[in-house]
Amino acid sequence: MILRRVLIANRGEIAVRVMRTCRRLGIETVLAVSAADADSVPARLADKTIEITSYLDVDAVMEAATAAGADAVHPGYGFLSENPRLARACEAAGVVFIGPSADVLEAAGDKLAARAHAVAAGLPVLPGGLVRIGATGADGAPGAADAAGLAERIGYPVLVKAAGGGGGRGLRVVRDPAELAGAVAVGSAEAEAAFGDARVYLERYVFPARHVEVQVLGDGENVIHLGDRDCSVQRRYQKLIEEAPAPRLGETLRVGMRTAAVALGLHLKYQGLGTVEFLADAGRSEFWFLEVNARIQVEHPVTEAVTGLDLVAEQIAVAEGRRLWLSQASVRLDGHAIECRINAEDPAAGFRPCPGTVTSAVFPAGPGIRVDTHIQAGSAVPPQYDSLLAKLIVSGASRAEALGRMRGALARCEIGGVATTLPALTALAADGEFAAGGVGTEYLARWLGRETQLVRDKSG
Amino acid sequence: MDPNPLTNDDVADILALLDSLPYDTFDLETPRFRLSLRRTPGGWTQSIQVRSAPEPLAAGGNASAPDEQAGTDEAGPGGKAGPLARQTTTTMSHRGAPDHDDVTSSWSHAGAEEGGRAVDEADGTGGASGSEGEGSQSGERAGQGNGERAGQGDGERAGQGDGELVTVRAPLPGTFYRAPRPGAAPFVEAGSRVGADTVIGIVETMKLMNSVPAGVAGVVAEFCVANAEFAAQGAALLRIRADR
Repeated sequence: MILRRVLIANRGEIAVRVMRTCRRLGIETVLAVSAADADSVPARLADKTIEITSYLDVDAVMEAATAAGADAVHPGYGFLSENPRLARACEAAGVVFIGPSADVLEAAGDKLAARAHAVAAGLPVLPGGLVRIGATGADGAPGAADAAGLAERIGYPVLVKAAGGGGGRGLRVVRDPAELAGAVAVGSAEAEAAFGDARVYLERYVFPARHVEVQVLGDGENVIHLGDRDCSVQRRYQKLIEEAPAPRLGETLRVGMRTAAVALGLHLKYQGLGTVEFLADAGRSEFWFLEVNARIQVEHPVTEAVTGLDLVAEQIAVAEGRRLWLSQASVRLDGHAIECRINAEDPAAGFRPCPGTVTSAVFPAGPGIRVDTHIQAGSAVPPQYDSLLAKLIVSGASRAEALGRMRGALARCEIGGVATTLPALTALAADGEFAAGGVGTEYLARWLGRETQLVRDKSG
Repeated sequence: MDPNPLTNDDVADILALLDSLPYDTFDLETPRFRLSLRRTPGGWTQSIQVRSAPEPLAAGGNASAPDEQAGTDEAGPGGKAGPLARQTTTTMSHRGAPDHDDVTSSWSHAGAEEGGRAVDEADGTGGASGSEGEGSQSGERAGQGNGERAGQGDGERAGQGDGELVTVRAPLPGTFYRAPRPGAAPFVEAGSRVGADTVIGIVETMKLMNSVPAGVAGVVAEFCVANAEFAAQGAALLRIRADR
């Protein structure tokens, strides 16, 4: 079927991003907006808007889709994007859900189920398993093990993770056996609060490691990869800079991860766009499956930059029931791209969120520069949503060229009214270790510590 | 379809054209958006202002009348633009001649319904070259002071009876939650005994959960904000009668 009208059940830059492709394809857009977003830039750009109570309310989204006469729902990322209930509700209402099937969403959303699928597909996983929890009702879950014994078998340090998790919530590193019980209890309570699922599991904590992910695209039968991305520059599991391809990875590791991602996609009969995340130890050429993100991701533009593809258009094509028009051999990966997340957070105050009103928004323009944003002078940055203001994506024939563009482009960004991550991004772009490439997930925290120390030394 | 603020490729096309011309500023203004391009020493900058108003679907409309809606919407995107959208002003100014009438050209393209009229709103933006986009971000480094510690109950104290009333304030603007999760028992109730480190609630700001400690030992006297209500930065969340 050919989609003619899509309800976009999201906000922010991804809403604008989806609209851009819809417009190019001649698809009308109806944007679901909360009261706080009724006058936002995305609302102004949409063909129509329809107010909903919350982006997290499946019933409200379905009502909006029906009222709008939409033949599809694009959920963006976050919110309901990986919610199997929305996928099923769409199916029941005869509306196309632009995303993987509800079954795949269920498998990917439950980290333990995803882990089991990865094992079944032959992917390496970190030693670990489900933990038995006394007080929170997850006791007696099949396969649950005593935390202390399990951690002993895995070897410290271990990571406590939420089975229903995501976004870094419910994650805890435990180095000392004496702290394990407490970490499991708190992690479990946090997991239940955040995801309504108290189950937690343990995994070996690999340190230092890199966060590398592979973009996959499937039509339910054929699955291809669109290269890898490195997302190691992160703070508290929130990514700040991503790039494609992952620098200084080594061909064995790169090919291994790409092959593994496709194998998992085939095993899941993956339909749509997805990401398989890995933890990589580049030094020892080892990698382990982390999780599947069954949606379009924030950092998809770096993949678009090196493949020349429009990933939202690919999502829509698969949602329309088409077979992949691309074969693996026809995917060309050229050059290098880096994405900087410009968030309304104050790096000088521990990245504290800074809601408010944008008074000015000037971005760079030119060859190899792309800006995805939803803000302009006068935009409100409401406190109830995430802090992403804009993504600056730079690309070049080489990483060095992209990095050079990144420095020049960051210097021309000017956002007034709210504190942003721009100063941190600018300083990172000038840091030798980042410039060398291939930093691990511990890099940003270490760099921030060093910066803070420098500031202290200078003032002291 | 009608002009949507330009895509990255559109801007790139304009820049490719401008690069061969001696202009330093470029302003494209339509009733729906305004694009300003500036040449700075480091390269071009862009700022876009979307001016069109959102178009809410008629509220209370009968759900599921897609055919009918598809019909009316044929005029949708086009109708949204209206005749005014045909009026476009483009201004480009020359680098070398800041004082004199900059090389300014405006034109309009003929619309379908109404012949386009050039509306040259002289808004002064085409003049000074490169005034935007050259500021560095160093200013944002100010305020390192790391000001208020999150949620410390060091607010005003009102002497009353046995202990002082200490107000615990929201460290950030956000939604105040009294319990760790929906349906769970609140962290504290009026009458609860708290220590300085006792968590009295959570303020959720931009997806970040900030635990708010009492900041002072004592007994919870009253709540000022109800569960799941929005609290402005610094708003009183609750008051604690501090131990002496």
